Amino acid sequence: MLEIKNLHASVNGKEILKGIDLTVNKGEVHAIMGPNGSGKSTLASVITGNPAFEVTKGKITYEGQDLLEMAPEQRAGAGVFLSFQYPVEIPGVSMVNFMRAAINEQRKFRGEEPLSASDFLRLMREKKELVEMDSQLTSRSVNEGFSGGEKKRNEIFQMAMLNPKLAILDETDSGLDIDALRIVANGVNKLKTPENASIVITHYQRLLDYIVPDFVHVLYDGKIIKTGYKTLALELEEKGYDWLK
Amino acid sequence: MTKNKTDVQVREKKETVLFEQQYIELYEQYTDTICSHSATALNAGRDKAFKKFRELGFPTPQVENYKYTDLREPLSVDYGLNIKRVNFPINPYDVFKCDVPGISAYLYFVVNDAFYPTNYERNKSLPEGVIVTSLRQASEEHSELVEKHISKLADKQNDGLVAFNGAFAQDGFFIYVPKNVILDRPIQIINIMRSDVDFMANSRNLVVVEQGAKAQMLVCDHTVDDVRFFSNRVTEVFVGENAFYEHYKLESVSRETTDVSTLLIKQEQNSNVLGNLLTLHNGVSRNNVEIALDGENCETHLCGMALSDGKQVVDNFTSILHNKPNSHSNELFKYILDDEAKGGFTGRLYVEKDAQKTLAYQNNKNILLKRTAKMRTRPQLEIFADDVKCSHGATIGQLDEKAMFYMRQRGIPEKEARMLLMFAFAADVIEFIRIDALKDRIKKMVEKRLRGGHSKCDGCSFCS
Repeated sequence: MLEIKNLHASVNGKEILKGIDLTVNKGEVHAIMGPNGSGKSTLASVITGNPAFEVTKGKITYEGQDLLEMAPEQRAGAGVFLSFQYPVEIPGVSMVNFMRAAINEQRKFRGEEPLSASDFLRLMREKKELVEMDSQLTSRSVNEGFSGGEKKRNEIFQMAMLNPKLAILDETDSGLDIDALRIVANGVNKLKTPENASIVITHYQRLLDYIVPDFVHVLYDGKIIKTGYKTLALELEEKGYDWLK
Repeated sequence: MTKNKTDVQVREKKETVLFEQQYIELYEQYTDTICSHSATALNAGRDKAFKKFRELGFPTPQVENYKYTDLREPLSVDYGLNIKRVNFPINPYDVFKCDVPGISAYLYFVVNDAFYPTNYERNKSLPEGVIVTSLRQASEEHSELVEKHISKLADKQNDGLVAFNGAFAQDGFFIYVPKNVILDRPIQIINIMRSDVDFMANSRNLVVVEQGAKAQMLVCDHTVDDVRFFSNRVTEVFVGENAFYEHYKLESVSRETTDVSTLLIKQEQNSNVLGNLLTLHNGVSRNNVEIALDGENCETHLCGMALSDGKQVVDNFTSILHNKPNSHSNELFKYILDDEAKGGFTGRLYVEKDAQKTLAYQNNKNILLKRTAKMRTRPQLEIFADDVKCSHGATIGQLDEKAMFYMRQRGIPEKEARMLLMFAFAADVIEFIRIDALKDRIKKMVEKRLRGGHSKCDGCSFCS
């Protein structure tokens, strides 16, 4: 599904990613761990096409297509979703309008008809239940005045609405209390199918108690320095990152 | 250096004197013609206004209040004036279909500066006692009412163009809403500029809303032809005790149009006024707004938006005068400027020594879409009372790039995301429209405008 080869990327002229290789197949869950500043969020930004980052070398292939040639909205339309570490507040744009625009633009991109108003509302209701989201939140402006936990829950709600093939969860666990964490993880697990894949970026092992990864990668100073199975996460939790350097 | 600057100033002064000279000669030669074709109520102060105009001249950027708007070029055009009041061949009721659905306003037209006589069906159901007519007719039929109010606010202004209006204006509309009459629907005045040659119109309007009455006014500005237009309109509004008055100005005119509109409002105690100036498409626009809160417990909302591109200029010069205690005013202006558009905003807030417990808020927010667009904003607060709450804020920025990426990541194309963000930015000014049908219409027009269209009303054949 996703193949990253020798990826180098920089921001403001400073190189952050220094040669990443990563292959994700459908049905798989990959966890990416690593200390602050190792390049985890940069990797998520580059995969989704954030214009603030410059790819200097390397290649990303997604379902046979050259992902780096695609605009962010095209990548989204092709099924790449990012749950933001810091979801953005957009005053004046209501959640409902935002979601309707997103769904219908993605459908348009795939050559599908727009969703009817009643189907859209039904979908909204269904997915809100999935993440146990307060009904009022969807009538407000996007993320405006949401608490940290509500923002994260809103990310998973959007993921449920858009039903992506490749979901990247960037520190979705940070700022969540244990109940919220369980709800968010539960939502992610319910959305998992043999056809889609996820990349879970996290600092802590605790999220991986809920979302069980097939592979764990350690990112350090812009490179993946170790890859292992779920047990690697436990080992990291115990020993820290120093022993890998 | 100093010498050079002086030279330039002298030269600029000479140039404008030249533009003024032709009007001065015109006035001196044709005073009688101007007066004989005019609303009689305007003749009393005409010479005095002319004298003031001779002193002040046309405003140049050297005049502090006009430093953001350079009117020298539009004023240098050789405009025709219709001082003999020849009727222009147009029947607006035939061609105009306002498609604001459900607004069902009492509908009137002003062609250039002439109030258009009407047999429009709906206007016959105006509540009893309400008068909507030309100032000229009102001067004859309701002279006491007109003379009691006319020029009372305009004469106090120290503005060359207001003085010019006093010298040359011959007619305009007159609206009177008697005590305790609640107008069930808005009064819509459509100003149409129509001419085969470059043309200037000076009009004077008077609105009297008596004690306990309620009126909503929607003034739409349109141009028909592609010639150069200069409109110079002065509107005086008297809002009585406990009265409600709403004034919406919707400007959608050609790029060849220069519009200077002066709106002067006097509020008595417990009155409530809303002004909303929506500049959707224009050439050069200057709005002078002065609202005097001359009674206690007044409430005033003044807001506006400008969506400008090309070389459009929008300058809102606003003054809110808290002359009595316990009143509340709120000001909100938003601009979205693209290309080489220029915006100006001045928010004068004056709180008189006795006007204790005044609450006054002012906010001006602006988005520049290109580096070549320019915005100048200045809050001017003069507060002489010591127990008041006043705040002001001004920001100039770009669209939020983080929000842009967030939306694009969800699949919304860049252009659409940009549109949504701009619309969201302008939305709170639209929320200040209290006529639902108009609000819906403006939303659509703003969206269309932000998508690059000319935002004219679909059914209206007047905009080109």
